[in-house]
Amino acid sequence: MGSIELVKVRKDFAGFSVINGVDLKVEDGEFTVFVGPSGCGKSTLLRLIAGLEDISSGQVLIDGKDVSRVGPSQRGLSMVFQSYALYPHMSVRNNIAFALKMDKQPKDVIEQKVKKAAGILNLTDYLERKPRQLSGGQRQRVAIGRAIVREPKAFLFDEPLSNLDAALRVQMRLEIGDLHQSLKTTMIYVTHDQVEAMTMADKIVVLNKGEVAQIGSPLVLYNHPQNLFVARFIGSPTMNIATGPSAAKRSATTIGIRPEHVDVSATAGEWPAKVRLAEHLGSDTYVHVEVDNIGPMTIRLGGEAPNQPGQRIFLTPQEPRIHRFDQQGLRIGQ
Amino acid sequence: MALKQTVGKRVGMTALAWVVGFLIFFPILWTFLTSFKSELEAFSLPPKFLFFHWTTENYAEVQSRSDYLAFAWNSILLSVGANLVGLIVGVPAAWSMAFAPTKRTKDLLLWMLSTKMMPGVGVFAAVYYIFQYLGLLDNRIGIGFLLFMANLPILIWMLYTYFKEIPVDILEAARMDGASLLNEIIYVLTPMAVPGIASTLLLCIILSWNEAFWTLNLTTSNAAPLTAFIASYSAPEGLFWAKLSAASTLAIAPILVLGWFCQKQLVRGLTFGAVK
Repeated sequence: MGSIELVKVRKDFAGFSVINGVDLKVEDGEFTVFVGPSGCGKSTLLRLIAGLEDISSGQVLIDGKDVSRVGPSQRGLSMVFQSYALYPHMSVRNNIAFALKMDKQPKDVIEQKVKKAAGILNLTDYLERKPRQLSGGQRQRVAIGRAIVREPKAFLFDEPLSNLDAALRVQMRLEIGDLHQSLKTTMIYVTHDQVEAMTMADKIVVLNKGEVAQIGSPLVLYNHPQNLFVARFIGSPTMNIATGPSAAKRSATTIGIRPEHVDVSATAGEWPAKVRLAEHLGSDTYVHVEVDNIGPMTIRLGGEAPNQPGQRIFLTPQEPRIHRFDQQGLRIGQ
Repeated sequence: MALKQTVGKRVGMTALAWVVGFLIFFPILWTFLTSFKSELEAFSLPPKFLFFHWTTENYAEVQSRSDYLAFAWNSILLSVGANLVGLIVGVPAAWSMAFAPTKRTKDLLLWMLSTKMMPGVGVFAAVYYIFQYLGLLDNRIGIGFLLFMANLPILIWMLYTYFKEIPVDILEAARMDGASLLNEIIYVLTPMAVPGIASTLLLCIILSWNEAFWTLNLTTSNAAPLTAFIASYSAPEGLFWAKLSAASTLAIAPILVLGWFCQKQLVRGLTFGAVK
């Protein structure tokens, strides 16, 4: 069991409001990702759940029990830190066993659990090493091993992959995904990388300036962003935004269209444009264009597109894929 | 390129370093040499540097006149004991200042340091009467307590600067792992801070070892450390330079040897926080 609920949680630091009344429910076994630009309060929110920071007002409930005034060691949660935060003076074995020792579990049980965790994470050959003798990926695994061994109610991950190189990040992303599949424990994962958020989450919580901008599954956020902030933040390359006549024509203040939902023609279309640059990724081509009277846009074309800088082309947004927003930047219609 | 030095410059710097080092070391060397002179040669003018009649009679005399080992034992007991107790108080204090600071932590640190600026003689009469009233004059517990209190600000300050260098993430990880505050300090903080704690302890031991004002004024024989041993050679009937030097050499020898072996730790301890 491990459901987590936040009720009107606020956090102020020296008069500044960092978390501004957040309501949130994380179901048991769910993989929830907090995502947002730096400074949006996502790490602070995680630390409030962990108990490493005290909330200014509101409630944190774990399995329906108010733990707002309970210390981190009593909440039954595990956390993986961005810096790994391994105990540098302890071997891998002792790092993993530490929580069990604190829990005063019998020696043979500890040994057995450490072995099991090391097996799952491919650390069996490294148990006697010190953290400094390990590579970044191995350290990350030890940090995860330390978290899983105590069978917590929920795992908290604070940007755990941001110190790894790109290839390793993809691999660890898969491993954490596998781990969630096999353990079926609640996980809350903080990242600023929306690709990580989209690929891993059951549920994404997009945060902006200490408030929840939108909560939903990855595809709901992609297809139905509730406001301009989420529209711009989710999706890569980012959504193209247009104001003026083409928005007014569709009775909106602002419209958005994703790079993959624009048709390109050499002869006719709604928006005449000039190609600035084409980025060839092999599988896709990102064409950066300057649209007359609107500004820069990015178009995503499948395969290899022949567009050259300076070329004149015409763009037409796919009508059903257009997102419309009002003056406040809120979504119009579904 | 700014750091590239010419050979000439390096030779010059090395020579200068030796000269400065020699100047600082000279009083110790002179004391050491004087301890092997006869009383007459000890204050002969011009002073004799190396070419005098070497004798060990001063050491024999000093040993027969006073019990060096008893004084040395008090020195060890007081300087080590007082500062070990200091650590027991200082580690939790420095922990709370480094990892759970409040608005007034900085003020508190400065206030603690300011107590070191007050001359001890300012409160001497009060302390003397308190000690007399409590029967603590010439008592190891009494003088040990005073040394412990005197070093506490420095001890906490040094530990504080060391602890500030420890990533707070690691302590938070211990909290998430279910460690109580005490376990966090014992199993995580202290092992990581061992180099810092060691050099703090070392420096404080040296300070206590050399402390003369309180030890000279509040002890006579039972609790008297090596400072009193040296002082006993400046007698009313005159100064006996050679014997005084022999006593001084004996008194500083243990701490000098300790300092020699712990040079690295000491330098690190003294410059920590200043150079990052």
